[in-house]
Amino acid sequence: MTQVANPIEFTPERLALVKDMITRYPQGKQKSALLPVLHVAQDQWGWLSSEVMDHVAELLSIEPIEVYEVATFYTMFHLQPVGKNVIEYCRTGPCCLMGAESVYDHLQQKLGITTGETTADGLFSLKEVECLAACGWGPVFQIREKYYMNLTNERVDSIIEELSQ
Amino acid sequence: MAKKILLEHAHIDGIETFDTYRKNGGYEALEKAIKTMTPEAVVEEAKKSGVRGRGGAGFPMGMKWGFLAKPEGVPRYLVCNADESEPGTFKDHYLMKTLPHLLIEGMIISSFALGANKSFIYVRGELMYVIQILEKAIAEAKAQGFLGKNILGSGYDLELIVHPGGGAYICGEETALLESLEGKRGNPRNKPPFPAVKGLYQSPTVVNNVESIANMVWIITNGGDAYAAVGVGRSTGTKLISASGHIRKPGVYEIELGLSVDEFMNSDEYCGGIRDGHQLKALVAGGSSVPIIPANLVYKTANGEDRLMSYESLSDGGFATGTMLGSGGFIVYDETACIVRNTWNFSRFYHHESCGQCSPCREGTGWMEKVLHRLEHGHGHMRDIDLLVDVAKKIEGNTICPLGDAAAWPVASAIRHFRDEFEWHVTHPKEATQPGAVYRGEVELV
Repeated sequence: MTQVANPIEFTPERLALVKDMITRYPQGKQKSALLPVLHVAQDQWGWLSSEVMDHVAELLSIEPIEVYEVATFYTMFHLQPVGKNVIEYCRTGPCCLMGAESVYDHLQQKLGITTGETTADGLFSLKEVECLAACGWGPVFQIREKYYMNLTNERVDSIIEELSQ
Repeated sequence: MAKKILLEHAHIDGIETFDTYRKNGGYEALEKAIKTMTPEAVVEEAKKSGVRGRGGAGFPMGMKWGFLAKPEGVPRYLVCNADESEPGTFKDHYLMKTLPHLLIEGMIISSFALGANKSFIYVRGELMYVIQILEKAIAEAKAQGFLGKNILGSGYDLELIVHPGGGAYICGEETALLESLEGKRGNPRNKPPFPAVKGLYQSPTVVNNVESIANMVWIITNGGDAYAAVGVGRSTGTKLISASGHIRKPGVYEIELGLSVDEFMNSDEYCGGIRDGHQLKALVAGGSSVPIIPANLVYKTANGEDRLMSYESLSDGGFATGTMLGSGGFIVYDETACIVRNTWNFSRFYHHESCGQCSPCREGTGWMEKVLHRLEHGHGHMRDIDLLVDVAKKIEGNTICPLGDAAAWPVASAIRHFRDEFEWHVTHPKEATQPGAVYRGEVELV
């Protein structure tokens, strides 16, 4: 891996987006941009290290602790390195009525990992999440912004195979 | 054909684009409001319509608007609550991805009515693809002069911002949502002051659900009185119902309030009945937070009257024999569903989602999850059942926000109606922990 002098820098496109996000909120309320900016940061680095969070604090002119306390509160932010595809699997009631538990067992077997783990090749991480607001199309999981719905063991197999290419 | 106020055009190809939406009458309500009405007149139509908050609380929207403080020189805000996270609820998700311009038009009309020049749509962060759809629609509306500076030459300016959440059920509570929008943890605020007086950035703020705001388009086109003529009694208009669980046709349906539960559950236009070869065991009518009711109370109230899809009829009988319309998250259970397992699952949800600010909720949800876990996994005691009732009672009403109540009600109602099933888990731990095992004792199925 190439080492750069200061690895904690947004790409020019993302930096422009971050700056635009800050201007969306009233003057002096730039802290409002924190959640949107953390999503952009996670999109770039895959997870939020304390260095990344410090950098975000600097961009928003707020204290690092204000970023840490937010990043640790919301479940979408990864505070540890994760695999390339984080599978966020819904474990809530309505999906369970549609067989989500047995499909999840199958998914774990297929990947050889359980909740909170990452495959040895770094391709997949598994995370259990609460209701994703797709109950009529369950079982459901999401990978980044994409929803995968009406899951069955067979569909899980083909999704994993496709993403393993 | 049933009355359609929101989803009339949902089936049209390309309706998510400006051009198609416009060709089908889109933005005509906005033109009418901005060109021919005063903001006060728009508020008046909202009041006349009787439309009630569609996020779950059911508070009349026009009345909420009427509470907005209007001090000179202080900005006012409208925030749309699109943090849809209540288990069993996915109607706002569907509405936003299918008809983004309907929400945007409703937001512009409502912002105009309230005198807001900067409004926000707070969308749960998981729905990033929906956020992209909304942002695209906003850019289209702006390019056509329906948003931005001097809308349609009226002198009225509005900026509309889509704000992503970060994954937290609690942010659906309006003051937690405002905290979150300010870039903080989603801890609900103590009330008063209410958001109408001190909300976002300590300025007067209205927070309304997606579906409530989308209704404003039809209300302005047809008038508040015409809206109030749809529905039944104080349940005016239509409601989007998210139907899930053991039915033939899960999905999002628009119903006229007052439709019978029987017709909604069993007609082919809606749920299409319980899935083949099975029978109804229980219903959660309005999202995981409302009381669960057994099959014998689904189609008829305890008084023997037909149960209707309305705020009043669903809650008929109070907590003893009724439930609530809530968010319209209609979760159907057939005889294969284990009530104890489902209650444990919901308790785990509330424990996970409690913000931790109030001790009764932070500790109580954890206790309920723990006790339900041991009951479900064959390690429970008879006294655990009353312990759960006691813990639920001690959470209810003792927290800053309604998450505490929302965690308590499903547990209390499940034990009220299905106590035998909980006891069976204690007396038959080996049987109860077999995969897929369900109590088949004296449960009335329909």
